Amino acid sequence: MILDPTIIPASDRSILIQFGDEISEDLHHQVFLFTQGLLASSHEAISNISPGYSSVLVRLHHQATLAEGMDTIAAILKEEHPGDTIPQRTVEIPVCYEDEFGPDLGRVLKHTGYDKEELIERHTSGMYLVYFMGFSAGFPYIGGMDASLATPRLETPRKAVPAGSVGIAGQQTGMYPLSTPGGWNLIGRTPLPLFNRLNPKDTAIRMGDRIRFHTVGRAEFESLGQS
Amino acid sequence: MKPGFQSTLQDLGRNGFTHLGISPAGAADSFSFRLGNLLVGNDENDAGLEMTLVGGTYRFNQSVLAVLTGSRFRATLEGAEFPYFKAVHVKKGQELDIGPSQDGARCFLTVKGGFNVPQVLGSRSTHLMTRIGGYEGRDLKKGDQINFGYSSTSREPGKLEKIIETDRSVLRVTKGLQYDRFESKNRDVFFRERFIVSQRSNRMGLRTEGPEIKAGITDEILTEGLPIGAVQVPGDGHPIISFVDHQTTGGYSKIANVIAADLCKVGQLKPRDEFKFQLVSVAEAEKLYFEQESFFQKFTESSS
Repeated sequence: MILDPTIIPASDRSILIQFGDEISEDLHHQVFLFTQGLLASSHEAISNISPGYSSVLVRLHHQATLAEGMDTIAAILKEEHPGDTIPQRTVEIPVCYEDEFGPDLGRVLKHTGYDKEELIERHTSGMYLVYFMGFSAGFPYIGGMDASLATPRLETPRKAVPAGSVGIAGQQTGMYPLSTPGGWNLIGRTPLPLFNRLNPKDTAIRMGDRIRFHTVGRAEFESLGQS
Repeated sequence: MKPGFQSTLQDLGRNGFTHLGISPAGAADSFSFRLGNLLVGNDENDAGLEMTLVGGTYRFNQSVLAVLTGSRFRATLEGAEFPYFKAVHVKKGQELDIGPSQDGARCFLTVKGGFNVPQVLGSRSTHLMTRIGGYEGRDLKKGDQINFGYSSTSREPGKLEKIIETDRSVLRVTKGLQYDRFESKNRDVFFRERFIVSQRSNRMGLRTEGPEIKAGITDEILTEGLPIGAVQVPGDGHPIISFVDHQTTGGYSKIANVIAADLCKVGQLKPRDEFKFQLVSVAEAEKLYFEQESFFQKFTESSS
């Protein structure tokens, strides 16, 4: 079987390869294999790759034509073996759910009707999947949250969310690797550095990883942050 | 000495890392930027200084061949007018004062050898949100000192026969990935009305005021890769053009995409400027892009 996505120009210098139009682990599998295929192969037509939930956007090298980009994409799709398994890592993410790190805990508890213990229990019992990295440096798009934890975004986003903040926005949970503006409900913070400015390629979390959150107290948060 | 409104070191961008969430950054008007490098005999990717709206004051601690390109900001060297698009030997100890813009949003100072800052992931471009590249990952502050480098080429400084004027009041676009999701009456508004550049614009995105565009069936889409120049329409209906420091993925519908040959105009639009969108085919857009590239190729060949 050969993957058969829709391939269309997204602009005069980029092409979208669309495998479907939903969030599913099957589509993620295809997106992952294609992304890895592009990263591993030596080609001159493509200079940037942005995977999403069900598609991959590629940006052309400054000398390449759209036709050359299309040829490169076709060649990589031909090499794909959709049955290939993805090597999976499970990354443990320590989270301190203390009130000072989770200024929106009250909002989430009110919305979900849970007490704090149950919220933490449900948030830490999930096995999550990193669909892709996008938005800003090291920002993982994570799926698999307990649907009963869903809480709408803040009406007014914060101007600066502290790096490491863990939050909930609608059906999604996620983490802020950098201090950026953001509208997620903050429920805790991880001491794990998610983005390393000195070595930006060395990311704690990668596309395709499984993630588990576990709770740490204030003291452990401090000591992990210093190590 | 004085940094201006927002002055950052840039080259032609950092490619190969959007899958980690790091967009290329790079000069906001790559046309003027490349020209600057070629006019002092550099490689076109050597690092230069991008200034926004107000230039700043700079003292040269070393004599060097320097040039200003891009929009005209009021510029004087020790009180005498400093030209644009013409390389000048600046002497050690002289001060170049670059005031407010009298034209578009950005001008560029390029020196022989480029500015010497470390490469991060293969580029000297400053990515402001990520705080990597350029001078300590940030815009310049009073008192910063930057050394000149050594260019990898030994090209002669180029000469420009005539200054190229561009019309920033029209941005040519191709259809965006979700063009068909917009009702035809909303697409008509998009191509008929004039948009106004918002004060909230920056290197991440050019925000607009003026006409509201309704998205039709649904505003939000499954988050997917975002090309530079993508014209996204968020819930409030005011289009945003993704720019050099853009987020790498986005969840808003994209009605159009500014063609690569016109991205340099986006970098020169400043708050309160007005402009219109004009639709062209992808084939036409690609042709215009390669015409721009061949201009640089000829310019490079004529000076090497």
